[in-house]
Amino acid sequence: MFGDYSLGDLGSIFVMQGFAGLILFSVYVLMALGLAIIFGQMGVINMAHGEFMILGAYVTWMTSNFFQSYLPSLFSGYFFLAMILAFFASGALGMLVEWVLIRHLYKRPLDTLLATWGLSLMLQQAYRSVFGAREVGVELPQWMLGSLRVTDSIEVPINGIFVMGLTVLITISVAYVLYMSRWGRQVRAVVQNRIMAGAVGINTEKVDRYTFGLGCGIAGVAGSAFTMIGSTGPTSGQLYIVDTFLVVVFGGAASLLGTIASAFSISQTQSTLEFFMSGSMAKVLTLLAVVGILMLRPQGLFALKVRK
Amino acid sequence: MIINSRFFNRSELMGFIALAVVLFVILPLTLDVFRLNLVAKYLTYAFVAIGLVLCWGYGGILSLGQGVFFGLGGYCMAMFLKLEASSVENTKIQSTPGIPDFMDWNQITALPFFWQPFHSLTFTILAIILVPGLFALIIGTAMFKRRVGGTYFAIITQAVAAILTILIVGQQGYTGGINGMTDLRTLKGWDIRPDHAKIILYFVEVVLLFACIGIAQFIRLTKLGRILVAMREQEDRVRFSGYSVANFKIFAFCMAAVFAAIGGAMFALNVGFMSPSFVGIVPSIEMVIYTAVGGRMSIFGAIWGAILVNFAKTSLSESFPQLWLFGLGALFIAVVLAFPNGLSGLWADYVQPRIDRLFASRKAKAGWNGNSVADSAPAE
Amino acid sequence: MSDEANKGPLSPLRRKLLMGMAAVPAITMLPRASFAQAPATSAVNTTGLAVTDTEVTVGILHSATGTMAISETGSIQAEKLAIEQINAAGGVLGRKIKFIQEDGASDWPTFAEKAKKLLVNDKVAAIMGCWTSASRKAVLPVVEQYNGMLYYPTFYEGLEQSKNVIYTGQEATQQILAGLNWIAKEKGAKSFFFIGSDYIWPRTSNKIARKHVENVLKGKVVGEEYYALGSTQFNSVINKIKLTKPDVIFTDVVGGSNVAFYKQLKAAGIDLSKQPLLTISVTEDEIDGIGGENIAGAYACMKYFQSLDNPNNKAFVSAFKKMWGEKTVIGDVTQAAYLGPWLWKLTVEKAGSFDVDKIAAASPGVEFKGAPEGYVRIHENHHLWSKTRVGRAKLDGQFELIYETADLVEPDPFPKGYQ
Repeated sequence: MFGDYSLGDLGSIFVMQGFAGLILFSVYVLMALGLAIIFGQMGVINMAHGEFMILGAYVTWMTSNFFQSYLPSLFSGYFFLAMILAFFASGALGMLVEWVLIRHLYKRPLDTLLATWGLSLMLQQAYRSVFGAREVGVELPQWMLGSLRVTDSIEVPINGIFVMGLTVLITISVAYVLYMSRWGRQVRAVVQNRIMAGAVGINTEKVDRYTFGLGCGIAGVAGSAFTMIGSTGPTSGQLYIVDTFLVVVFGGAASLLGTIASAFSISQTQSTLEFFMSGSMAKVLTLLAVVGILMLRPQGLFALKVRK
Repeated sequence: MIINSRFFNRSELMGFIALAVVLFVILPLTLDVFRLNLVAKYLTYAFVAIGLVLCWGYGGILSLGQGVFFGLGGYCMAMFLKLEASSVENTKIQSTPGIPDFMDWNQITALPFFWQPFHSLTFTILAIILVPGLFALIIGTAMFKRRVGGTYFAIITQAVAAILTILIVGQQGYTGGINGMTDLRTLKGWDIRPDHAKIILYFVEVVLLFACIGIAQFIRLTKLGRILVAMREQEDRVRFSGYSVANFKIFAFCMAAVFAAIGGAMFALNVGFMSPSFVGIVPSIEMVIYTAVGGRMSIFGAIWGAILVNFAKTSLSESFPQLWLFGLGALFIAVVLAFPNGLSGLWADYVQPRIDRLFASRKAKAGWNGNSVADSAPAE
Repeated sequence: MSDEANKGPLSPLRRKLLMGMAAVPAITMLPRASFAQAPATSAVNTTGLAVTDTEVTVGILHSATGTMAISETGSIQAEKLAIEQINAAGGVLGRKIKFIQEDGASDWPTFAEKAKKLLVNDKVAAIMGCWTSASRKAVLPVVEQYNGMLYYPTFYEGLEQSKNVIYTGQEATQQILAGLNWIAKEKGAKSFFFIGSDYIWPRTSNKIARKHVENVLKGKVVGEEYYALGSTQFNSVINKIKLTKPDVIFTDVVGGSNVAFYKQLKAAGIDLSKQPLLTISVTEDEIDGIGGENIAGAYACMKYFQSLDNPNNKAFVSAFKKMWGEKTVIGDVTQAAYLGPWLWKLTVEKAGSFDVDKIAAASPGVEFKGAPEGYVRIHENHHLWSKTRVGRAKLDGQFELIYETADLVEPDPFPKGYQ
């Protein structure tokens, strides 16, 4: 298939294709970070993760509408405020859910799956009742549209760069919070030994609540970022959930580095394969490879410890 | 749980009689054919539920991929029926007559090799059992031999469900794609669509269901069943006692897969239809939820769960199409939070003691009469 | 009903009975005069459909929940509007139309189940419904078995014809060929890149388009790609488009994927005012989600645009907005859904009967002069004769009419040479 094209063409296509893979990588990292915290650190299977993302997307949409109607002069900067609002909205909902639902289920991890699935059904219906069944489009400020011309034939999308920058920022923040801050030490202490952590004076319930809130808040930011590349509808969240879980499990739960490595390998495999075959076959092969490797190495790429 | 030397203990016998009376007598007498056919559809999920009781309730292995096996069974059956419906004279309007319509639409001009054996009903029935069984064997061996379990296993089965769905949708020339296989008409020349056929199929299905209940009950009562329960509670102790934990898990998972496949095949026959929307993650999780609502520890409870949740789904969506997701979601949360053993747990905790008391006081006079009526009450 | 409150809670059954009893005097008290011309029920309904002296029941069967609710909402609204207008104009054969709405929940077997319920339990005289090909394929055996009448609104892949279905949308050749001819002539297009969602309609449409491009237009198809429904990552295919530099991008991506596709196309620097793109799947409804700024400049090829300038359409648009709000938009399928109840009414009046067999036989030749798209007529093959139009998407989410065929295009669900 490459016979007809000049070397220069091919070169720039491979650069752009690599960039497409990087965008996919950022998307996966954004989706999986929140889940890696909740699933990896707390062992909770949160099937409503996608719905927390969509909440962030809807918050972004509302912010955009608000700025358009009342503060059109500041419209170009609304996105930053929207992301912060999305973080707090999803985080607050997450803490509420933890308080009402999840904290009763820490001893039954598989049951969290059923309960959060029920939650996701209810959230979807809530979005449908409030925002309508139709998908909503978020209008972006002018500077986020279009692409950056690197050479004559290489163009990179600006929103892609934005998503990648955001991913780096959030990853660093999460790593800092978990590994450097006092609170992060408490979280890890609770994960390793809940009873001992409680015995040395850590308020484990509070730590749980904030951890869950943080995970959901990051999901909200991810949802906000996705409005740049995808659509927002009541059921959009479901599209992401399997990919996200696979990224987390493949990386080895409880390992931030593993999550990033697995997001990178999955996204690059998929986007490379996509270039040579149909989208659905690329997806099937990628998922098969992931499942196959997981069967050989169940603990994932980077396991801190083997869990049963 | 008291392990009884008899095949059923008393409350199980009551459950058995109640289910038999409801399915064989009450429902066929009171429902019109349309509703009875709906019940037949609900019952196909009861097969899956029995399997989940074995592998999840007793073995502690949560599979989120039962839709895969349900779908494999259903697709095997549907392939046979579709071939029969695609006779040369039925399809003479196509550019290649004699192959299923969706193949013709996708420019496939000859029947693919893996479709050929599905001309034979014997092969089809074997395939319905063996294909899902072998598939489960492969997945189970790979996972359990490496001691993967719990949430990891759940997520990997979920991924398998996703892969199979994408594959079926993507390979539409061979599978019918997202439309599925529609317009299934006859089984060995016998039209499966008219009302009298639906009634016969209903009874065939109920008989099969009771056969599966019998098998599941048998497994439960043998040493195998006890080892499964022991494994769920203390896996390491069972392993240190010299049992091969992995083999028992593989067995339970395969049994669950075969039950699900039978359900899928019955689905294709009763509904006249098979599509990838029964294979993916959402239906797989729903199947787990029926089991949870009915009671993951009770075979009869899980069957009631499958029937009642589906009934609620149909009737809620008829009367409140906008709100039924709220109700369904709330139900699942309530079951998990408040009644972890589902309806059968409620029954055992609240209703059974009363019946026992009643029973004890009446035993002298009335004996066994009337139990079945009392037992069927909560189902209504 | 006032004494009902005093009696405390009632069982649902009793409540129903009471309400039924309350309704009887209400019906008898209605002025008989308005139904003076109505023919006797026994004469117009020989097969036991739900037709009384004053009412006839039809079913509306679309997804109100699930992924397809996004698209099907417009159809439900249009059908309700048409029914209300018909009732205001005196109903059908002197009978008011009553509708029973069922939710297909974006789940194909549910569609089949509910269609069966409508036909068997409710005995509806006709069903207005279905949207996706998959739901129609699921419902088709049911309407054929129980001899119902289905009015199906969506543009679809063809290769189907049934006595029991009237297809009020366009079939593939009707929709595509005129558009391809136009763009080949207007833009001198020789190379085409096809991209679609992965199911039967895009695949069949692209197959027909490929044959037409290769055999009739003597052009070349430089790429053909499919993405799973709901996909949101199109960067790879956009790179392929950049590599192959086609004259025209031809798309039939459906649903939510559209949003991602056009946003990413724009972000990748493909300017639709310079790179011609012809879509057969984006209507005003979809643009609502995509955003006008992301798709402005693209060409769409179908039979109806909200901006059509004719008196029928002006009345239709203003009635629709009055009923469903100023902000609603009307796409091709919504308009086709609106035709359903009207065509059924006209056919019933032509046949002088609600019997399905008579309606099926009377359908060919029925014309609807009040159609918002102009004028339509039912063909022998139960599809509609209709014009095909090309519009150009504008920033405000509306299409500007660029081209329309001079004559009605004949529907040809089994096109020779395109299979």
